[in-house]
Amino acid sequence: MQYSLPSFLIVSSLLFCLGMYTVLTRRNAIGILMGIELVLNGAGLNFVAFSRFLEPSQTTNLLSGQIFTLFIIAVAAAEVAVALAIVLSLYSRMKSIDVEDFKNLRG
Amino acid sequence: MTNLIDPLHMKNMLWLIPCLPLAGAVINGLLGKRLPVRLVHFVGCASVFLAFLISVAGFFTLLGIEEPHQRFLIQPLYQWILTVWHQGSFSLQVAFRLDPLSITLCLVVTGVGFLIHLYSVGYMAGDESQARYFAYLNLFTFSMLLLVLADNLLLMFVGWEGVGLCSYLLIGFWFTDLEKAQAGMKAFIVNRVGDFGFFVGLMLLFWTLFEGSNGTITGLGFQQLRESIPLLNSASPILGVGLATWIGLLFFVGATGKSAQIPLYIWLPDAMAGPTPVSAFIHAATMVTAGVYMIVRLNFLYVIAPAAMAVVAVVGGVTAFYAATIALTQNDIKRVLAYSTISQLGYMFLAVGVAAFSTGIFHLVTHAFFKALLFLGAGSVIHAVHSNDMLEMGGLKKYMPHTYLTFMAAYLAISGIPPFSGFVSKDEILWATFNSHLPVAGLGKALWALGLLTAGLTAFYMTRLVALTFMGGFRGGLEKEKHLHESPSVMTFPLMALAVLSVVGGVIGLPAVTHLPNLLHDFLGPVLSSHGASGHQAHAYWLELLLMLISIGVATTGIYLGWLFYVKRPELPGKVAARFAKMYQVLEQKYYVDEIYQALFVRPLLKLVALSGRFDLNTIDGAVNLSSRVTAKFSFLIGWEDLKIVDGAVNGLAEIFKRWGAALRHLQTGKIQHYLYSVVLGIFGLCVFMFLF
Repeated sequence: MQYSLPSFLIVSSLLFCLGMYTVLTRRNAIGILMGIELVLNGAGLNFVAFSRFLEPSQTTNLLSGQIFTLFIIAVAAAEVAVALAIVLSLYSRMKSIDVEDFKNLRG
Repeated sequence: MTNLIDPLHMKNMLWLIPCLPLAGAVINGLLGKRLPVRLVHFVGCASVFLAFLISVAGFFTLLGIEEPHQRFLIQPLYQWILTVWHQGSFSLQVAFRLDPLSITLCLVVTGVGFLIHLYSVGYMAGDESQARYFAYLNLFTFSMLLLVLADNLLLMFVGWEGVGLCSYLLIGFWFTDLEKAQAGMKAFIVNRVGDFGFFVGLMLLFWTLFEGSNGTITGLGFQQLRESIPLLNSASPILGVGLATWIGLLFFVGATGKSAQIPLYIWLPDAMAGPTPVSAFIHAATMVTAGVYMIVRLNFLYVIAPAAMAVVAVVGGVTAFYAATIALTQNDIKRVLAYSTISQLGYMFLAVGVAAFSTGIFHLVTHAFFKALLFLGAGSVIHAVHSNDMLEMGGLKKYMPHTYLTFMAAYLAISGIPPFSGFVSKDEILWATFNSHLPVAGLGKALWALGLLTAGLTAFYMTRLVALTFMGGFRGGLEKEKHLHESPSVMTFPLMALAVLSVVGGVIGLPAVTHLPNLLHDFLGPVLSSHGASGHQAHAYWLELLLMLISIGVATTGIYLGWLFYVKRPELPGKVAARFAKMYQVLEQKYYVDEIYQALFVRPLLKLVALSGRFDLNTIDGAVNLSSRVTAKFSFLIGWEDLKIVDGAVNGLAEIFKRWGAALRHLQTGKIQHYLYSVVLGIFGLCVFMFLF
C-alpha cells in the first residue's frame, strides 16, 4: 500500500501537539523532558517525510532530511543526558522533582 | 725642527685638553663621595697632568710647523648653531683653536694648575668634602681651557661664564660660613656686571659686521672676525664715537670684571675666603688672566680703536698704582697678595693698552709663576700658623726653611730684582709704555712714571710682607710656636717647581738690550696684529738700559725702605702712620670703596627690594587674594550647579531605570511553565505575523 505525504504530516503534527501539551501542562520535570522528546520526534518525522516525498528524483536524493534527523536524535540524547543530570542533582537537594518547587532559582 | 707629532693627529686630540679635566670633574663630582680619598686625589691631579702633557705635545707640534703663519690647528667638533635664511646663513661651530697664543695660556693653566692641584692634596687633607673640592677645581680648569681654546667668541663666552660660576663655587666652598658664602656671591655678581658688558659688546660686534657686510658674515670665528674687522671703520659712529671704540670698551668692561680692574676689582680681595690653593688658582692660572687673554685675542679689534686702547692703558696704570697703595697697609697676608694681584693685572692691561700685546702675555706668564708661588707659600704659612694675620706671624724663616726659600724667589721676582722673571717682564712693560704712541701727548710718559712708582710701592709692601712673616721673632704666642712645622713634601714640591720657574721664567722674553731673541714675542707674532709690537722696534739701547737702571734703583729703594721700616727700626711704621693718620686710615679702609659701593648700589638696591617687597605684599598679593576670593565664590556656584543639576540629572535617570526594573522583575516568576507559555505564544505570534504579511 502507498502512504502519501499528508498522512505523515498528520502523524508528526499529532506528535508535536501531544509533546507541546505535555510540556505545558506537566509539573513533573521528567514529564516535561518526555514532552520535549515528543516535540523533537515530531519534527524529525517531518524532516524524513519531506525528504522522502519532495526530493526531485530518487537518483539525486541526498538524504539531507534523514541526516538532519540523525543530528536531532543525537542532540536530543545529549540534551536528555544533561537535563537528567540536573534533575538528579535538584532531587538530591530538594527531595522533589516538581518544577514549581524550583522557582527560587530565578535569582 | 722636525715634526715629532703629526699636526693632523694633534688636531684630532685637541678636544682632550679641556675634556680630561671635565671628565675628572664628572667622576669626582658624581662618584667622589663613594671613592677612596686617594683615588679622588689621583683623578683630580692626573686629569690635569694629562691635559698638560697634551698641551706640551701641542706646543712642540706648533713649533714643528715651519711657516709661522701656518702655526694654528683648528678642530671643529660639531655644528652648534645653524641659521639659514634667503640671503645667507649664520653658523657657529664648537671648535677648538690651537695657536701660539692659546697654547701659551694652555701651558700656564694646565702646568701651574697641576702644581696647585698637587698642593691641594696636602692643603685640603682632612677636609670632609675633598671630592667636591677637586671636582670644582677640575671644572674650573675645564672652563678656563674652554675659554682659552675656543675658536669663536660665543664659545669663549661659555668658558668665560663657566669660570665665573666656578669661582663662585670655590670662593664659597666653605659655604656654612655666611661671610664666605657672601664673598662667593659678591664675586659672582660683580663678574656678572662685567659679563654683561662682554655680551653687549659681542652682540654689537656681530650686528655691526652683519650690517656692514650685507649679511654675508657667516660666523664669529676669530679668523673670520680678523678678516672682516675693517668693516667696523665704515660703520656710522654712535654719539660721535666709532663703533670699534664702543665695542672695544664694552669688551673691556667684561675684562675689568674678570680681571679685577677699576671699577670692578672689589670681588678679588674677598675671593680669599676660599681655600688658599683656590686663591692661587684664581690669581695666577685662571680667571683673572681671562680678561688680558681676551683683549690680546681681540688685538685686531683694539688696534683700530686707539681711544679704547688708551682707556685700557689708563685704567691699567691707575689700577696698578691704586691697588699697590692699598696693599701697603693691609695686615692680612692673603689680602696683601690679592691687592698685589690687582696691581700686577693693572700692569698687564697697561701693556696691552700700549699695544705691547706679547709683553702683556709675558707678564701674565711670569706673574702666574710667582703669584701662584706667593699664594701657595702663604697657604703653607697659614697651614702652619692657622691665622691670616701677619701680626701673629714672624720669624718663620727658622721653622719653614723650604717655604721661606721658595717664597724669597717669588718675592724677588715680584719686586723686580734682576734677573728674576718678574723684573724682565715688568721692565719690558715700562719700556713699552715709555715708547708708546697714545693719542694724548705725554700720556705714555705719565703712565710710565706711575708704573715706576708702583714698582717701588710693590717692592716696599712685599718687603713688609716678608719681614713681618719670616723675619724677627714669632708673635703668635708660645703655645702656637710649639706647633710650627714645615708643610709636607706634597706641598713643598709645587713650591720648588714654581720657584724654579719664577727664577728662570724671564728667559722666554729677554729684552732687546741683551741682543738675544725674545722667544715669546716671536712665537706670538703671527697671532698679533702687525702694529702691535713691543719695544723691540725702537733700537735706543742706551735709553732702554737707562730706564732699566732707574727701575732697578726704584725697586731697591723700595726694598731698602721696607727693610728700614720693618726690620731695622720697627718703631718707624707706627710713627709714620700717626703722622699721616688720615691717609693711613683711608688706605687701611681700602679707600672706603666697599662702603661707597654699599651706599651707592647695595643700599639703594635693598631699598628697592623692600619697596618691591611691599608692592608685592600689598598690590600683587592683594590682587592674588582678590582673584582667589572671586574664584572661591564662583566655584561655590559651580559646585551648587554640579550638585543639583548635573548630579540631579544623573540620579534622576538612574531612578527611572530602577522603577522600570522593579516593574519588569515581576515577569520573572521562576515558574518554568510560564516561560514555556511565552515561548509558544511567541512562536504562535510569529506564525500569525508571517501568514498575515
